[in-house]
Amino acid sequence: MLLIHCPYCEEERPELEFRHAGEAHIARPENIAEIADEAFQRYFFIRANPKGVTFERWRHIHGCGRFFNAARDTVSDRFLMTYRVGEPKPDLRKIDRK
Amino acid sequence: MTQPFRLPTAGRLDAAGTVSFTFDGKAHAGLAGDTLASALLANGVHLVGRSFKYHRPRGILSAGAEEPNALVGIHRDPARKTPNVRATVQELYDGLAAVSQNRWPSLAFDVGALNDLGAPFFSAGFYYKTFMWPRAAWERLYEPVIRRAAGLGTAPDQPDPDRYSNRFAHCDVLVVGGGAAGLAAALAASEAGARVILADEQAEPGGSLRFEDGAFIDGKPGWEWAQQTAAQLAARDNVRLLTRTTGFGYYAQNMLGLVECLTDHLAAPDPEAPRERLWQVRAKRVVLATGAIERHMVFPDNDRPGIMLASAARAYLNHFGVAVGRRVAVYTADDSAYAAAIDLKEKGVEIAALVDLRPAPQGAHVDEARALGIEVLAGHAVTGTEGRLRVHRVNVAPVNGGAPRRIEADALVTSSGWTPAVHLFSQSRGKLAFNEATQRFLPGQYVQDAVSVGAGNGTTGLGEAIAEALQAGGKAAKEAGVSKARAKVPNLEAGSTERWSSGMAGAAPGAEAGRKAMAFVDFQNDVTAKDIRQAVQEGMRSIEHVKRFTTTGMATDQGKTSNLHALTIASEMLGKPIPEVGLTTFRPPYTPVTFGALVGHGRGALFEPTRRTPIHAWAEAHGAVFEDVGQWKRAWYFPSGGEDMHAAVARECRTVRQSAGIFDASTLGKIEVVGPDAARFMELMYTNPWQKLAVGRCRYGIMLREDGFIYDDGVVGRLAEDRFHVTTTTGGAPRVLHHMEDYLQTEFPDLKVWLTSTSEQWATIAVQGPKSRDIVAPLVEGIDLSDEAMPHMSVREGRVCGVPARLFRISFTGERGFEINVPADYGLSVWEAVWAEGGKHGACAYGTETMHVLRAEKGFIIVGQDTDGTVTPDDAGLAWAIGRKKTDFVGIRGLKRPDLTAPGRRQLVGLKTFDPKTVLEEGAQIVADPNQPVPMKMIGFVTSSYWSENCGRSIALALVENGSHRMGERLHVPMEDGAIEVEVVPTVFFDEKGERTNG
Repeated sequence: MLLIHCPYCEEERPELEFRHAGEAHIARPENIAEIADEAFQRYFFIRANPKGVTFERWRHIHGCGRFFNAARDTVSDRFLMTYRVGEPKPDLRKIDRK
Repeated sequence: MTQPFRLPTAGRLDAAGTVSFTFDGKAHAGLAGDTLASALLANGVHLVGRSFKYHRPRGILSAGAEEPNALVGIHRDPARKTPNVRATVQELYDGLAAVSQNRWPSLAFDVGALNDLGAPFFSAGFYYKTFMWPRAAWERLYEPVIRRAAGLGTAPDQPDPDRYSNRFAHCDVLVVGGGAAGLAAALAASEAGARVILADEQAEPGGSLRFEDGAFIDGKPGWEWAQQTAAQLAARDNVRLLTRTTGFGYYAQNMLGLVECLTDHLAAPDPEAPRERLWQVRAKRVVLATGAIERHMVFPDNDRPGIMLASAARAYLNHFGVAVGRRVAVYTADDSAYAAAIDLKEKGVEIAALVDLRPAPQGAHVDEARALGIEVLAGHAVTGTEGRLRVHRVNVAPVNGGAPRRIEADALVTSSGWTPAVHLFSQSRGKLAFNEATQRFLPGQYVQDAVSVGAGNGTTGLGEAIAEALQAGGKAAKEAGVSKARAKVPNLEAGSTERWSSGMAGAAPGAEAGRKAMAFVDFQNDVTAKDIRQAVQEGMRSIEHVKRFTTTGMATDQGKTSNLHALTIASEMLGKPIPEVGLTTFRPPYTPVTFGALVGHGRGALFEPTRRTPIHAWAEAHGAVFEDVGQWKRAWYFPSGGEDMHAAVARECRTVRQSAGIFDASTLGKIEVVGPDAARFMELMYTNPWQKLAVGRCRYGIMLREDGFIYDDGVVGRLAEDRFHVTTTTGGAPRVLHHMEDYLQTEFPDLKVWLTSTSEQWATIAVQGPKSRDIVAPLVEGIDLSDEAMPHMSVREGRVCGVPARLFRISFTGERGFEINVPADYGLSVWEAVWAEGGKHGACAYGTETMHVLRAEKGFIIVGQDTDGTVTPDDAGLAWAIGRKKTDFVGIRGLKRPDLTAPGRRQLVGLKTFDPKTVLEEGAQIVADPNQPVPMKMIGFVTSSYWSENCGRSIALALVENGSHRMGERLHVPMEDGAIEVEVVPTVFFDEKGERTNG
């Protein structure tokens, strides 16, 4: 079971309180009704699924209820950081990878 | 009851502590502190089981958790029959009853052993090749026969009566393994002030000090030091010492699973006490002191009872005081087995010969063995063994040619070297590195906050291992942030006469390629060296494929003694170095864990919550039959006067349409959507337009996912400009709220909207039927119920039975109908008042089955029954619910995808069987031509199907390709006893014009 730091509650809580919510930093196009098939495909279907650091969304569903973002290493399951909705995607080179 | 192989001068057990037990019904005596294996050996019993595939007689290989052979059933009472227990770890208790497995009619005479004669036919992959045709024979003949013939113990046939407990724990340093290294690490970490958990699988810590009687630590014999140190640790406030506790799984973020055995060693356990306890430990630092496992030699007929590991023979001798034979032969390719020969000889056991594969072994141990008069046959190999149920002769030959010898012996102990137990390290996702010099896989790169020490880390000298462990323990405490961590690491003087060398892996002479020998690599799955070679010859290249083809390493012991042998043989055959062939993945659990321990209290009523509505007790008292809908218990139907389900549902359906019915709809999901931007938000969440919906009116809403498929539906009432009462499907409530929150928080965070789940705050009572207004009217205050003031699809706030209420005029039956929402605490009393009024008008209570039938008569869909996540509003005949002028809502773009707008999609239609009495099966497939060859082209399937009492015939809904253009067409539903002919019709079967909502 993972321990996840909720950036709103500002503490580590067990994974049971959270729900994973897919890849982060995929903004819904503002003019979604107008976009071409390829653009919709990129937005809705295509995901990075990397081996290594991934940016993903979590929700503290059995806690404060907030969605937030996380950088996690998919090899070790280590969370590099979690941060609030609206904050920019962190620069990987500046994150402590340990 | 004499224990003829117990030596009075050896071992640590108290000769006075006699314990009696039975094996296959025969009574034996053992001593307190014995394992079942040591007690059997004390009685000269080596034959304990039959092998998995060939039913070959098998004995005891090891003295520990790695045991592949000696699996028995332990029968405590009729409900407590544990199969596949390793006799080497089962502690003896008075009255223990063990039975052998996989044999018939008896262990000594087993009919299944005929398989052994047929061994050439049962070689690697036989399962995949032999039993292919005819296909039907697989289910009826091959599989049942194979399953019975090849197998281990029998699963218990009664529910497990035992309790299992579960604990979470946090610590600074978790030490797994309580041998010399683990104890030293725990000592150093705890002296530094760290909170330490030390787990060891044995009843008494000490690890290999159990048999290494040449070890001295801190001036004491190793075992004595271990017991004193364990007692010292247990007395410390900051140490939790867990014995009989196996660290079986290493998970993310330094969480480890441990299982503690609490009662399996007791003669009369307290029935209230838990049998096992699962520990889920979160450790800041982990010290892995898991030791090493000895490998057997791979040579012809190396599996006879009486052939065992050299270290096991030492454990039985030095700890349990049991000689594994009167005249013991030794076969080795490394130094450590010499100690077994020397120990046995010194205790008066005759050593028939010490066969060493190496041409010129040298050192003090060789000299000592020779000085004791042991014949050392250097450069020799064991080429075969004899003896039906126990080895009695060992055939030996010089490796470089020369006269073979036949040596009489009643036991043969072997060692080909030691494999570090890197299982937990590997589970932690650390990378193993192959050490060429010593031919071992050792911990390489760490991924988690862990460190390996001792033999598990390839550190084989006792002094070095203890020094390494002390350092690691102190460092772990420091890294865990223990504030009072003192730099000083305790110092322990350790020394040992134990000798270690790298040994060999793979097949020994006599079992080389081209030989027909049965030289076992994996005893538990009956895999020989020849099988591994055959797998490579037949094209397996990766060790993962070799493993699956031969099943090597896939038994319950997970190849603890065999994996390196298999890998070496495969790498020789492939002509590639071992690291290139690769190592199979280690997965939890390290040793078998009971389901009971994993499940803990979470079974039966505690498996998951049961949700009941406020009206549940009334329904129960009125004879309702309940169905499970998610976690909810819902009244399914209300049989009266001995009615069966069919009769009860028919009566309920009739009554609702003739007078009225009352239905508990409390499980409906409810979400309060509030705020200045509530209408804008609703526009984005649902396909429908909401801005112009007047206060006090309702609308049926459809929610899509972004891909354009229906996600949920429900009636929404607008209570104020800024307030909506949203209903969802019963099962959909949590995910709909989650979906809404997702968009509100992350895509539309500027909208001023608040969402609140109110599903359990409101009890919902539906009153449906021509008399519904008459029933409701006397109970309602402050609301004008006339059609003009409160038309169909409207909502009012007021009081019902004096309780604040939201009254909806809506209908899921097609009749005039109301849904009364009152605070849940008043639900039952309001229901009773409605029931009393209903009685005056001949109303009935109805359940979910009648609800389903009545809505199907009207063609109303149920999301999840008539839709399956690939259905668009247009497919479901609901295109009218899409706001055509809207420029955005979730799913608007998905609906424009080419596949979703293509003609000929599966669309919802009604079906009428030609025989009105035939009720179709839900889920049945539909074809256009029932006479086409198999496999037929399926053009759709039945989603809902019922007997409709009101229509006097069966009705069904179905998703059919191009269905909306097939009205009047004849289609077919092929069933086992012939195709059923159906006609495609509109989805509304009753009151097509919809006049009854005002009727």
